[in-house]
Amino acid sequence: MKNPAKTVALYGLLTALALILSWLEAQIPAFFAVPGVKLGLANLAVVTALYLAGAPCACAVSLLRIVLVSVLFGNSAAFAYSLAGGVFSLLVMILLKKAGRFGTVAVSVCGGVAHVTAQLAAAAVLTGTSALGWYLPVLWFSGIAAGAVIGLIGGELCRALTRAGRKGEKL
Amino acid sequence: MKDRRLRRADLILIAILLAAGVLMSLGAVLLSRDGGTVVVRVDGEVVASYPLSEDREAEIAGVNGGVNRLVIRDGSARIEEASCPDRLCVGMGVIRRAGQSIICLPNRVVIEIAGSGAPETDAVSE
Repeated sequence: MKNPAKTVALYGLLTALALILSWLEAQIPAFFAVPGVKLGLANLAVVTALYLAGAPCACAVSLLRIVLVSVLFGNSAAFAYSLAGGVFSLLVMILLKKAGRFGTVAVSVCGGVAHVTAQLAAAAVLTGTSALGWYLPVLWFSGIAAGAVIGLIGGELCRALTRAGRKGEKL
Repeated sequence: MKDRRLRRADLILIAILLAAGVLMSLGAVLLSRDGGTVVVRVDGEVVASYPLSEDREAEIAGVNGGVNRLVIRDGSARIEEASCPDRLCVGMGVIRRAGQSIICLPNRVVIEIAGSGAPETDAVSE
């Protein structure tokens, strides 16, 4: 991607996708009593960005999404949790992808686990209690499940987009 | 084609994570003890503690004017009513074992079960 206009367009597109997915997920009522158990639909855009355009794009999409979501519909506490989860999961996913041995599913699963772990740590710091450790097993499994779903869809999305890109113009 | 989507390394990594989760759950269950005291914290500060053995209702004043109603009945504690928008704390159900907690993030209220020892102890959970 040497064309800066294309780069900007792709970043903008993926950020918009992340925002829409965040909004969509917010419309689904919590189906599980433990806070933090959710699909993390917006990470679909981050995983796609990571595999389609690399780590800088994934960082941009993830951080922009977190800032924009908190400005648009969030509060400052939610911002801190999102940021902790988002940054740590990005870091883990970028490193795992760099390792080269893993596909989107494993990368996304580890990202999910990293996300919930960091959010729980942030919650423990903010509420000043260690009792939150009880939720780690529950959140851990939910992170694995959500990560697997996002990784599968993200992988398919990347393949489809790459195919489409080959048919038309190179991405 | 199929192994490109889900490689062997992927499966091994996921299996390790699952095993770690099972170990954590086992540890959490095995290490748990029956609780003795309900400790209420607001913004990290202990504001009240009640014995789990006595039935009781209490209004907890959280930050920003938020209110949570704590109900202790039959040796377990729960939040019955809350002013927060998401009311996740109400949905978190009952707690009775040492180290379990109910958290209301908007009101910064944490209900925690401590062991039967001193209520002020901080090392209730691993």
